[in-house]
Amino acid sequence: MKTEALHAAHQTEEQPLHHQFEEVSQQNESYVVGMWVFLVTEIMFFGGMFLAYVLYRWRYPEAWYEAHTRLDVAMGTTNTVVLLTSSLTMALAVHFAQLRNKRMHMAMLGTTIALACVFLVIKAFEWSAKFHHGLVPGPGFLWDGTVPMPQAQLFYSLYFGMTGLHALHVIIGILVIGTLALLTFLDHPLVKNDFIPTELVGLYWHFVDIVWIFLFPLFYLIPK
Amino acid sequence: MSTAAPVLHGESPKAPPSYLQAGHTIKSWLLTGDHKRIAVLYLISVSIFFFFGSLAASMIRVELVSPRGVMLESDTYNKVFTAHGIIMIFFFLIPAIPAVLGNFLLPIMIGARDLAFPRLNLLSWYLYVAGGLCGVLAIAFGGVDTGWTFYTPYSSMYSNTNVALTIIGAFIAGFSSIATGINFIVTVHKMRAPGMTWFRLPLMVWGSYATSLIIVLGTPVVAITLLLVVMERVFHIGVFSPELGGDPVLFQHLFWFYSHPAVYIMILPAMGVINEVITCFTRKRIFGYHFIAFSSLAIAGLGFLVWGHHMFVSSQSMYQGMVFSLLSYLVAVPSAIKVFNWTATIHKGSVRFQTPFLYVLGFIGLFVVGGLTGLFLAAMSIDVHLTDTYFVVAHFHYVMVGGTIMGFLAGLHFWWPKFFGRMYPDSWGKLSALIIFVGFNLTFLPQFVLGYLGMPRRYHYYYFAPEFQFWHIASTAGASILAVGFLIPAVYLLWSLKYGAPAGPNPWGAKGLEWTIPSPPPTTNFLETPVVREEPYAYDAEAEEREEQAKEPTRA
Amino acid sequence: MNFPLMPDQASNFARPYDALFFVLTALTILFTVLVGALVLYFAVRYRKGSRVDRSGAVESHLGLEITWTAIPLLLGLVMFWWAAKLYVDTRQPPKDAMEIFVIGKQWMWHLQHSNGVRENNELHVPVGVPIRLTMISQDVIHSFFVPQFRIKQDVLPGRYTQQWFVATKPGKYNLFCAEYCGTQHSEMGGYIYAMPPQEFQKWLASGGDKKRPNQPTMADLGKALYDRLACANCHGPQDTERGPSLYGLYGAKRRMTDGTVVEADASYIRESIKNPYAKINEGYQNTMPEYRELTEEDLLNLLAYIRTLGTAKAPGPVLGNAGPAQIGGANR
Repeated sequence: MKTEALHAAHQTEEQPLHHQFEEVSQQNESYVVGMWVFLVTEIMFFGGMFLAYVLYRWRYPEAWYEAHTRLDVAMGTTNTVVLLTSSLTMALAVHFAQLRNKRMHMAMLGTTIALACVFLVIKAFEWSAKFHHGLVPGPGFLWDGTVPMPQAQLFYSLYFGMTGLHALHVIIGILVIGTLALLTFLDHPLVKNDFIPTELVGLYWHFVDIVWIFLFPLFYLIPK
Repeated sequence: MSTAAPVLHGESPKAPPSYLQAGHTIKSWLLTGDHKRIAVLYLISVSIFFFFGSLAASMIRVELVSPRGVMLESDTYNKVFTAHGIIMIFFFLIPAIPAVLGNFLLPIMIGARDLAFPRLNLLSWYLYVAGGLCGVLAIAFGGVDTGWTFYTPYSSMYSNTNVALTIIGAFIAGFSSIATGINFIVTVHKMRAPGMTWFRLPLMVWGSYATSLIIVLGTPVVAITLLLVVMERVFHIGVFSPELGGDPVLFQHLFWFYSHPAVYIMILPAMGVINEVITCFTRKRIFGYHFIAFSSLAIAGLGFLVWGHHMFVSSQSMYQGMVFSLLSYLVAVPSAIKVFNWTATIHKGSVRFQTPFLYVLGFIGLFVVGGLTGLFLAAMSIDVHLTDTYFVVAHFHYVMVGGTIMGFLAGLHFWWPKFFGRMYPDSWGKLSALIIFVGFNLTFLPQFVLGYLGMPRRYHYYYFAPEFQFWHIASTAGASILAVGFLIPAVYLLWSLKYGAPAGPNPWGAKGLEWTIPSPPPTTNFLETPVVREEPYAYDAEAEEREEQAKEPTRA
Repeated sequence: MNFPLMPDQASNFARPYDALFFVLTALTILFTVLVGALVLYFAVRYRKGSRVDRSGAVESHLGLEITWTAIPLLLGLVMFWWAAKLYVDTRQPPKDAMEIFVIGKQWMWHLQHSNGVRENNELHVPVGVPIRLTMISQDVIHSFFVPQFRIKQDVLPGRYTQQWFVATKPGKYNLFCAEYCGTQHSEMGGYIYAMPPQEFQKWLASGGDKKRPNQPTMADLGKALYDRLACANCHGPQDTERGPSLYGLYGAKRRMTDGTVVEADASYIRESIKNPYAKINEGYQNTMPEYRELTEEDLLNLLAYIRTLGTAKAPGPVLGNAGPAQIGGANR
């Protein structure tokens, strides 16, 4: 890992060692491995709905195609760019945390939050358009396409379920990144001289981004 | 907690306080990061849930003595058996051994000061309690009547009970489980003391590790599945609803994808305990260490491939069924390997028949019956008749009570002196073990017959087949004996906390790092990080026997 | 006091089932006793203080490990294969089985004979004749279980499931619902009455228990519904541009617009009526309306009528007709 070299180059204070660990390298590796294991659980968590999506798309391909034409590809694409950029800024935040450049570290965290908010705003516009057109599953579902209404409703159930769960993860991400930024600002012992919390949050944020990279083509880019 | 500090043999008066003594405020307990205190918190909570789950069980058995019930309406009965299943599975069997024994022992067994993530560990416990409170709230609001399996579309569209609240409780408890799993995996990988290689690990650690792998891979799937049921009920996002072209059987696939491996979450830790107890009470190295270690991993892996054996009559194709049936026979083999290795361990040992060992004997007998009756259910055509009958109920109680609970009790009685520095009276322990064994068999053996006769599960009334009554009465009689068997340890274990003989660091003369530190241990476990040079279970029965006999040469 | 140990053997599956069951029981007892005896023997023989030879204890033995891996594995594979073979039999009803239709709902069973006789929570069948049950639920998942026949199959909403049996001796046998379905799950039971064939014929012809002979058959009711819904407007004796002919449809294979070939079994026909868009015959568009208000009974009646079209002579060529009705299992 690059970290040893960076430490040697920029270390003025020791990274704090938590009581259960013997060495900082053990500590850092433990946290990172722990976060990866958590991300595996997140993959399994989303996996259930991805499975349902795959199954029903295989069964009702025409319904899937037609239902998806009501989605706004422009907004979806914009959101993809926004989220990818936020991953970049998050990675930069980790980089600056390692360099102990507090100003840039916080600037990158802030930018990431801003981009995440943009994502949510665009999503809010998308969703309210759906509400307006009666595409929300339930008794109020309105459908005037050629495929049967039940299958269109199935598509939109998965659409709202999966993008909703993803949006929830974005919101949680904003809260966590915000907390991290605040703690960094306050030089709180949890984060002072320790880039690992930022790295962990970064891993989480990249995961959130990757889920969207799968959701976007699956929902917005269905071929005829 | 003991009022008199136990005597710590050989320790200087300036020895650090035990983890029980380090702080007496409520805050020091509720905000602890110490894995041992968290284990005790879990012990108290799982015991409370076990008690309520058992109450529900007694109500079931009372109702079933008569073909037309005794005192409950059917709606209430349905809520009671649902509560019994949910409480026992999600709030007792899944957490008990990992969160009580695993939490306490895992760091010590590998020579660490604590788990990798102590605060996450505390969060685990709070999530568990929060999930439990949701469940309690659901019961207070009138309960839920879907069965612990929540099959759709009944649970998503037809039941008028507190499905969403109950699911939220199970969901939160699931994350408690996941957090523990993550903690254990990282701990075993990263926190082993110098010299503690993988193949020097106590097999309980292997068992806990394999369990944690299952937890992190399986639990999230049931979490999202149950969440989808809630979303269908509350937001009409229906992926299981046939009216929308959805597939109610998809729920079953997703549900059992976790819930089958879940049974291995319940049994692998118990098997881990057996390794520790059997070696100590036969004074022998475990037979086939590598085979037992790898069989745990095999069970974890294969366990994810057999879920469809719960669905042979659900409408899945016969080809799907054949794959699941074949794999189910394969997954039985590693368990058989363990049983034979344990049997061989006893050979040429020096056996002490104390309480923990009696529970080991009980485990082996009952687990063998439970496991073999599982093979009936793995046989496709045999399962057609037996599925959804009392045969299944009998099978899973043999493995879950006869297996997991016996393992839990074996561990509790083995490590009680380590946890609390006190010994319980062994004769009471042995008596309870015997009562539990007899009561258990009388309760559940008749249920195999009932199932074969055709008595379906989850039945309140059976007046269409009153000839079933004889076996139900026998079963209820057994249950009352079993209840007594479970109550007695509660009494003498609690009694021992104040009045039990003080236990030294190693009352059993056992090997293992946990027995090299005081009972109860200090907060940081070890004064110095141990360096491991010995293989595990470095017992020598022959040498010990020779020593014993050298002391009394005239004894016949 | 009455304590039975096993259910009656009243179907063609019962004997082979019990044979396998008893072998499994024998093996279970054998291994339980074997392990139990060994464990107890070793524990007692080698108890602390006993003066026996403990020298030369080994910690591992590859030969033993292989042996006690291979033997259970082999036994398991044999049991798997035997049970799978028997299972395949239970899922392949004979072509000439007598059709009975089952609708499960909270909390009772409706059973229908083709000739129109209906039963609630009871089913009369002739002994010695293969019976095929085509089943569906109106609400939640149920399960049709007859212990004395050793048969059980879940009954699902939205699609048909099937099972078959031959009753081998006259008698009255328990029918249970075996999938938890709510408040009266345990009261959703009844009886199967197996009768000697001649008695059954008399019973059936006289209109069953309700003694209403000359009722309209399921196919009659189906035709009436077919006419009322004006299906013939699109589905004539020959294929038209509006719709394919339904003559000889049942059991035939048809090619869909996406190129797949589908067998027109009971589930296909039901889906085509309720959800026609799901599968469209090659050469056609999605123009068939959905008939969503039809009850399961209506759909079964239509199915029965459409089957009779399979035996009528089809005037003119029909796309993809593969010949006589091949009974397709909805379980496949």
